[in-house]
Parts: sequence; structure tokens; C-alpha cells
Amino acid sequence: MSEPVAVTLDKPADYAEWRAAARRLLSANVAPDRVGFRLAATSGDLFGTRPGRAARQPAPVTICVPQDFPRLAKAVICHSDNARFALLYRLLWRLQGERRLLDNAADVDVYKARRMAKAVRRDSHKMKAFVRFRRTESDVGEVFVAWFEPDHHIVERTAPFFARRFAGMRWSIVTPGRSAHWNGNALTFGDGANRRDCPDGDALEEHWRVYYSSIFNPARLKIRAMKAEMPTRYWRNLPESRLIPELTRSAQSAQRAAPAGTPPSVASARRLVAAQDGMNQEIVSSPQTLGALATGLQNCTRCGLCQHATAAVPGEGPADARLLIVGEQPGDREDLSGRPFVGPAGQVLDEALSEAGIDRDAVFLTNAVKHFKHETRGKRRLHQRPNVEEIEACRWWLGLELELVAPSVVVALGATATRALTGKPAKVADARGQPFTLSPETVGVATVHPAYLLRLQDKEKARAERAQFIDDLRGALRLVSAAG
Amino acid sequence: MPHLSTVDKLAILADAAKYDASCASSGAQKRNSSGTKGIGSTEGMGVCHSYAPDGRCISLLKVLLTNYCQYDCLYCVNRVSSDVRRARFGAAELAKLTLEFYKRNYIEGLFLSSGIIKSPDYTMEQMVEVARILREDYAFHGYIHLKTIPDASPELLDSAGRYADRLSINVELPSRTSLGELAPEKDASRIRKAMASVRLRLDEKKEKGRHPNPRAIKATGQSTQMIIGADASDDRKILTTSASLYAGYKLRRVYYSAFSPTPHPSSKLPPEAPPLRREHRLYQADWLLRFYGFELDEIIAGGNDGMLDLDIDPKLAWALKHPERFPIDVNRASREELLRVPGLGTRGAGAIVKARRLGGLRLDDIARLTTSVVKIRPFITARGWHPAKAVEAAGLRAQLARPPVQRELFA
Repeated sequence: MSEPVAVTLDKPADYAEWRAAARRLLSANVAPDRVGFRLAATSGDLFGTRPGRAARQPAPVTICVPQDFPRLAKAVICHSDNARFALLYRLLWRLQGERRLLDNAADVDVYKARRMAKAVRRDSHKMKAFVRFRRTESDVGEVFVAWFEPDHHIVERTAPFFARRFAGMRWSIVTPGRSAHWNGNALTFGDGANRRDCPDGDALEEHWRVYYSSIFNPARLKIRAMKAEMPTRYWRNLPESRLIPELTRSAQSAQRAAPAGTPPSVASARRLVAAQDGMNQEIVSSPQTLGALATGLQNCTRCGLCQHATAAVPGEGPADARLLIVGEQPGDREDLSGRPFVGPAGQVLDEALSEAGIDRDAVFLTNAVKHFKHETRGKRRLHQRPNVEEIEACRWWLGLELELVAPSVVVALGATATRALTGKPAKVADARGQPFTLSPETVGVATVHPAYLLRLQDKEKARAERAQFIDDLRGALRLVSAAG
Repeated sequence: MPHLSTVDKLAILADAAKYDASCASSGAQKRNSSGTKGIGSTEGMGVCHSYAPDGRCISLLKVLLTNYCQYDCLYCVNRVSSDVRRARFGAAELAKLTLEFYKRNYIEGLFLSSGIIKSPDYTMEQMVEVARILREDYAFHGYIHLKTIPDASPELLDSAGRYADRLSINVELPSRTSLGELAPEKDASRIRKAMASVRLRLDEKKEKGRHPNPRAIKATGQSTQMIIGADASDDRKILTTSASLYAGYKLRRVYYSAFSPTPHPSSKLPPEAPPLRREHRLYQADWLLRFYGFELDEIIAGGNDGMLDLDIDPKLAWALKHPERFPIDVNRASREELLRVPGLGTRGAGAIVKARRLGGLRLDDIARLTTSVVKIRPFITARGWHPAKAVEAAGLRAQLARPPVQRELFA
């Protein structure tokens, strides 16, 4: 049973052909070290095919391979190394006993196969990148032809990409081994050909070279990085590559002429700091309308919150509203859309308002702090409570809104709003039910923030708190009516 | 104005665009031209069609529609007070050039930006027109990235989003105050509002799922660019701003572009460019923040005074300041711990976790699973391997830091 078995394959990269041979061998229980694979000198070399005795009598066995084996093998089979067939057979053989072999990327056979597959995929990727079509005219109109020299047997594998991409064009890609053709409907393959059979230029190549040299930034020179991604063996078929020596030389001499390598001047950069620390600037004249206020707000740098928020969110509502509601600050949604109370808490407020019999469109809605304060946690922005300085910095704007709208009643939602209105630290529990005077014409009342209702876990408590919140809003409405 | 040929304009307008760092063409919705008379496809991963000697990939035709500009942003070579040569593409002319480049397989698509002419709306209209011609007149299915003008009207932003795969709006500088100082006509709030509005449109499309509104945005993401070294912001400030942009606007990428001194620079600008390596370190730190579970404070603590270490990468810098965390046993450590090992990436860590289920790993196994075992070795233990001595900062730093820059010679 130890006599060697020679297998001759007709095609250099035909997975189905290899698989048929491998099945026969495996069925006959031929160990990998007994098999020698070779390629027929030309396709259909009948005399080269001498299947071994065992291979002629396939025994019915079940061959199991993990799902990722065919994918790996289809790539490996395109490699130019003739050891590929034997390596794949050895893997197949071993997989019958070692089911999870392919998971072990550190195994020598798996490692080799993966490296081959990687080289094939890379070559295929480079073919997608470096094929350069040249336009010619034929009796059917324009035809695009490219000459390309791949390292591996990848034409069949890669051509469908070009068919999907250049569906509306007629094209051929010609390589020394194989060629691929697309007539607008079907992809066909033929034998390889010679560079001389392909067009030797295209009028647009001059444009391409101009683009290549103009997009190059001579202030940087990274030849090694370029060559790693665009290996020199591909250069001879790239119209732009002839520019590389000259571009490199002129960039080098320019760099030599310039004072090179001086450390970055931190001092010069620091000079800017003073000019840039323009925070806490006073806004000179106060805006006279809500529109002017909203515009002015966009330039506010009274505190640092402007640095990371999208933009300030001004109050919204009729300029003659009798009821004005103050929240804490814009949240994520408010920050993105630039409007107050459009997020989850806004929804709670909307429902409560309508249950209390209040028309949202008749209310002026705003926040104590106009920029979204948050910290970033991975891909999310988490709400942070504004501190006293930020509330104080923004009181100026809230005061202006109160002056311009001049409502009869102001509802403070939560502690931040209460503090902003009264100027004193306050607990909602204490302030609730105790109207406070804001001006001779305006009275303030405090209640909870709707976000608080969202946070309550206990359902019973949430229902009770919500009922009380609506009650507070009804109370505010009664105060509005009382003010006449 | 002298008459310029297309190729003359191309030279001027590509030159003007080369300071834009982005050339990404990945992440678009998958589509192709099969069964159509059109041209073009996007299949997830973009393709880099060439590389310039600066080491950067050339994937897109990256040009300005025009480099005439009425703004006077001090860091920009195209500012109104600069004396560069000016040119302007016609919308049809540029669409045709893009298509012809694409048909020869030079590019994945178009990355279009522009100086501001007449008005932000007018400029944006012209840019959208280029994209419209490509999509509607040429049935072009390739990649389009439009750099939108933040001051343009929301309707124009909408149409831009319908034609483009990627929209971007540059925040330009790490802080609002430096923007006010160096780019007086630009408005940080407007820029952020535009980003917020693109994000809301992207969210809306995601919620609609398979049955989007036909007029919904086509773009699958947005990105931005920050210029590094034109103002005094330190790396902490820059990375904090990035974190806030990623979280707020669901950006695909923040690009860092080292400031390049322009002819006749303003005295408000630093006279020299920052070292290119600073840009590189910021990208590395950005990656650690997004994919490796690092916190900003950890990364910044690896450097000095709010600046990253220029000589070694930020992960190594962190590791050298935390010798107590090493060596890590590759046969037991969690994926999160493995990701902390200098030189070990997400792929290598994943391969280790998978392979070790089948048996204890030795150092030569690790060599096959990763790209550089030399870099990893001092920080790990494996079967039959224990580093000679504990992670000792000075020696390792000298050993692993890049040698001083030497001019690379051609060929």
C-alpha cells in the first residue's frame, strides 16, 4: 500500500478538478505522503494522466470538511506554487481526524495555506487596483483593453469584479496566462497573449499623470510606504510610475534646500494661546428681539460648554406667551436638532401638557442652560448636570428671554431651573407649591423635571409622581387665568 | 482670465486639494452596474488605485471645483489673499473627466471640494450639479464624496446627500476659539449644526430600514477633518474634540491633517509645520480610543504635558508606563488584555484566542499568528517563553523606538 500515486491535473487553478481527484484519493485511503501532484504540460495532456490503482476504485466514504475549507482551498488553488495541490490534500486528510484544525492558525499547514490564500487575495486585490484600461475603436464602438501581469492564477477569480463594475463597457483584460472578455452581456475567458497585442497608450494617460504629480505632496516623502502597497513589479504596466523617480528627486532637493528637522516651535504656537483664550467675553449690547437673541446666543462663550455642544438651543414659542416653561438644558436630541424639548423628556412633557389642558404651541419653552453639557462615553454622549458657574453664566440669557416674553407665570422644571430663576440653591421638594415672585407681573412655580419621571423605576411611584406633575401644570394654568 | 485647458485646470485644482487627508472610498452601500448601461460599483472595501511617493493612497479623483475663494482662512492656501493660480472646472467638464478616469480604472470615484464663490448656496449648487450629472446623465454607480459647505441651505444638503456616498464637513480646527481667530468667516456653530443635521438624516434612514423614503439620503456616513499644528491646541484637546465629534455626529472618521505653511503666511500662524509624526500618532491614538478600549486619560498619560510621545506609538508609551500590567499570559489573558499588548492588533488577538482553544501556544506559534513577534515578545509569556526581565522602560524604549529619521533614498 505504500507505492506512490501520481496525479496529473489539467488546469492550474481549477478547484472542482482538484476536488474530484482528492475525493478519489481520500476514498482509497491514500495517505498524503504517497501522493505526487503534477500539472499537465498543456491542457488536456492525455498521456500525463495516470491515475494510481487505488484511485481507480473509489470506495464510497463520506468526506467532511468544515465550512471554511472550500473558501480557503479555492484561494490556495490559484497560487503559483506547485506545492499547493499537495498542501491542500494534506489539509483535507488531516481534517478527517482533526475537525477544528483550521481554527489553529498557528499550525504549520494551516499557516502555509493561509499565507498562500492571502497572497492570492492580495494579488487579486492589486489586479482590481492596477489594471489600466486603454481605449481603442472597433467596428462596435469603443473598446477598453488592459495588459496585466499577475503573480498567481487569478484571472477567472477576479474578472467578475470587472464585469460588475464596467457593465456598460466592452473590455478585455489580457495576461500572459489567460484573458477575460466582456461584451456588455457575458464574460468569457481565453488563452493568454502578448503585451504587443494590446494598445500601447491612451490619450487620457497624460491627464492621469498630471493628476498623479499634482496630488503628490512633496513635503512628505515615504518611498517605502509607497512600495509596500504598490510593489515595483507592477510598475511597468502603470502609466504613472514613470514619474516617480523625478517626483522623488525634486522633492528631495526641495527638502534639502529648506531648513530641515527644526523642532516645531512650541513657543510660536503658544503665542496664540493668549489670543485664543477669549472666554468670558461680555456681550456688549443686549438683543432687543427674540430673533436677535437667538442669533447672539450662537456666539456665546460665557462658559466653556460651547466648545463641545453643536450649538446653543434658544427658547421657542410665541413672543407674547403667558406661560413660560424652563427646563435644565438641551439633551442629545435637542442639541442635534437645535430645538428645545424634542427628546424623550420632551415627549413626557408634551403628554403631561395635553393632559393638563395646555396647548404646547401657546407656551414659550426654554432651558436654564442653553448648551448641551455632556461627557463622551464611547459612541454616546451622556448628560451631565450643569454646575453653578454654568448656570450663572447662562442666567443672563434666561433673564433676557423673561424680559422679552414677559409671561405671567414661569414654571421651573427641576432644581437647575429653579436655581436659575431664583438665583439661590433650591430643592424641588421645598420649592414646590410655593409660588415665588420674579417681577411685579411674573410669578414662578417649581415642579420636577420630566426626565426625573423617566428615571423612576418603581411603577407605582412613577404614576403618582406623574399625576402630581400634571397637577402642578394645572396649578400653573390656574395662575395664568387668575392673572387675567 | 487666460483660457485654461482641462489638463491645466486639473493641475491647479488637484494641487489645491492635496492637503485634504481623506481618500477613503470604503463603506458605501453595495451596488454595481450589472444589468445596466452604466458604469461603476462599490463593494464595501474601496480600492487604492495608485500610491504617490508621499506614501498616500490615490483612490479618488480628489479635486476642487474651483480654488477661487472669498474666505480668508489663514491656514488655507486658497484664501482670498493668497496669490496662487486660480482655475475653475465647469460641472459638465469635471463630470466627464471623472467618468473617463473611472472607465480606465484609475479611480474609485470623485472627492469634490470647493472654494466659496459668489455664495455658499451657489457653490454648493455647482458641486451638487457635478454629482447629479454623474448619477443621472451617466448612470454612474461609483463612489462620490462631497465636501459640503456648512453655510449652504438645508435643501442643498439634502440633494447632496441623495447623490453622494459620503458627506463631510470640516471642523477645520480643534477649538471654536481658534476657528474664530484663523477662519473669521467660518462659524463653528454652523459647521456643527450641519453635521448634526446630516446625522439626523442618517438616523432617519436607518430607522426606515429596507423601505427608505425615495428622497432619503443615499450617503452612508460622514467624516470631518481637523488641521493639526496651526493653533496651540495640544493632543489632549484634539482627541477630546474628536471624541465629542464621534459621539455627537456618528462620524466614520476624523482626519488629522498636519498644517502645511502656505506662501506668505500670516504672523498669527506658527512658522513651521508640525512634525508629520504627530499626525501619525494622533491617528494611532484615535484608533486605540475607538477599537481597543483605551480611555483618553490613559493615552494622554503615556506622553507628556498633554502631548503624545512622538518617538514611540501611544500603546507602547502606555505599556512602558505600566510595567506592572506585564507580562501577559497569551494562553489565559482575555481579548481585552491581549489588545493592550504593544504590537498586537485586533486581528492577532482574535487569532490567538481562537488558536489557543486547541492547545497551549508557544512563542513560534505566536510568530505565525501575528506580524511582529519581536515587538510583542517582551510583554508576554507563552508556553516555554518568559521574557528575560520585567518590562523595563528605558531599555525597551531605546530598543523599540524608531531610529532617528534618515532621508530615504530613492530605489
